[in-house]
Amino acid sequence: MTIGLEHFLTVSALVFCIGLAIALSKRNAIGVLMGVELMLNAVNLTLVAFSRFSISERPITGQTFAVFIITVAAAEAAVALALAVSVYRNRETVDVDQINLLRS
Amino acid sequence: MEGGGVVFAFYVLSAVTLVAAGGVMMSRNLLHAVLFLILTFVGIAGFFVLLSADFIAMAQVIIYVGAIAVLVLFAILLTPRSGRDNGETKFAAPAMLLGVCLAAVFLFVMHDTAWQTNDAVRQTWAQPLSAAPSWKPGCSPSNSPASC
Repeated sequence: MTIGLEHFLTVSALVFCIGLAIALSKRNAIGVLMGVELMLNAVNLTLVAFSRFSISERPITGQTFAVFIITVAAAEAAVALALAVSVYRNRETVDVDQINLLRS
Repeated sequence: MEGGGVVFAFYVLSAVTLVAAGGVMMSRNLLHAVLFLILTFVGIAGFFVLLSADFIAMAQVIIYVGAIAVLVLFAILLTPRSGRDNGETKFAAPAMLLGVCLAAVFLFVMHDTAWQTNDAVRQTWAQPLSAAPSWKPGCSPSNSPASC
């Protein structure tokens, strides 16, 4: 019994789809952000799995890309949570159904 | 990747990760959802260790568990009057349908593709100095005069 690339890709795809369903369906803006974090993490897992099972000589590029994605995810979380707190101070809610300032 | 320990660790980690990710979806309280999210991050860090990506695993624990989860927790605690419920909008059923369809497509594609994989564990750490060839001034792999 061996663990191959497909096993890791399966887990990663399932985590990605759960994160997608969370990001599309949650009412709280912070819940949406948690779904986005799950999706980014699943992509990281995919990159590191491809890097581990790669046929190239020095397969470090996948892990390098994962470092970039972690950086972008941290910046994105900081900006999105700052936006959520700012919206809360103006509108007293973080419900994405009630944030409709741009509606004509 | 053979061996009973690797197989056991993989299945335990995947169970923890998937159950915790489902817990983020299912839990009604937003604080419980954050705790499940932390458990998911720790499970994926375990996967990184299993894939012999030690630096990414450490960065995952430090940045995701240590920084992003705390940031999310602070944001929840700073928005008290919006309620802590983790409910869905009216798009819950279409979103879950889309997730299931996308998962089916992903699984079909990745099991139908003939991946060219190399399962060998590579040496990613540096060689000790005693194992390296002896070095003399003026000698390098690109410039090696006859005195080397």
